[in-house]
Amino acid sequence: MREALDHWVFVFASYGLGVGGTLALVAWSWIGMKRAERRRDKARGK
Amino acid sequence: MHGFANPARFLRIARVLTVPLLVAGLLLTGAALYYGLVYAPPERLQGDSVRILFIHVPAAWLGMAGWSGIAVASFVELVWRHPLAGIGARAAAVPGAFFAFLCLATGSLWGRPAWGTWWVWDGRLTSMLVLLFLYFGYIALAGASAREGGGSRIAAIFGLVGAVNIPIIHYSVLWWNSLHQPPSLTTGGSAMAGPFLWGLMAATLGFTFIFGGVVLARMRAILADVQAEARLRRKAEGA
Repeated sequence: MREALDHWVFVFASYGLGVGGTLALVAWSWIGMKRAERRRDKARGK
Repeated sequence: MHGFANPARFLRIARVLTVPLLVAGLLLTGAALYYGLVYAPPERLQGDSVRILFIHVPAAWLGMAGWSGIAVASFVELVWRHPLAGIGARAAAVPGAFFAFLCLATGSLWGRPAWGTWWVWDGRLTSMLVLLFLYFGYIALAGASAREGGGSRIAAIFGLVGAVNIPIIHYSVLWWNSLHQPPSLTTGGSAMAGPFLWGLMAATLGFTFIFGGVVLARMRAILADVQAEARLRRKAEGA
């Protein structure tokens, strides 16, 4: 007999992981880029 | 192609493209996922769990495309010694690993209601897990090469050799018995109904734009680090 599972729990978990992870990846990469470019400009004496 | 090997020219192009790629990607992905969550109809056999498709398939595509990009960049680096190619390969590794992980995690979350199990050791799932481990190895190897100031030739060779796993992932559902379905989208056509197909294409395009924007941002960060270190070294030598 098949278990009666609430599919929405799995859907929300997937979307939460996908959206949250993607936003974190974008923010991390963006902040890392800005920090590295500031460090380079400082080294150049700008 | 050799023209793009000039870091100054590359930076001019990357500065123009990074923000539009990220913004377009976030908007398109947001719209596609909203459609997948709210408007897409439940599937006859899989019910509402089919909505996971709009994240799982783009993640699988980008996990594999990321390594394909690493392999091409590694080849260009080894043959033509383009330093930017090595930087591009390094920049693609973390987002590629993230999407390979997302593919495995959402696949597991989809498998539980659809197959009745979180995981099976079949060809498709196992070869995708191997890809995630290859990413971890590449990230560690490329990071160690960068820290020790050596060349990235070993990482490039690893990137090329690891590409053997990409056709294995792709054809695994045809070569071996698997719970995983065969490809729904092929060059011969689509076995997918319209409401799923268009939403999936929008989500795939959106996630691909985000991937492109993230790779450009990470390339800019690596280049800025290299330039800052070179400038500080010159200052220290001159002092």
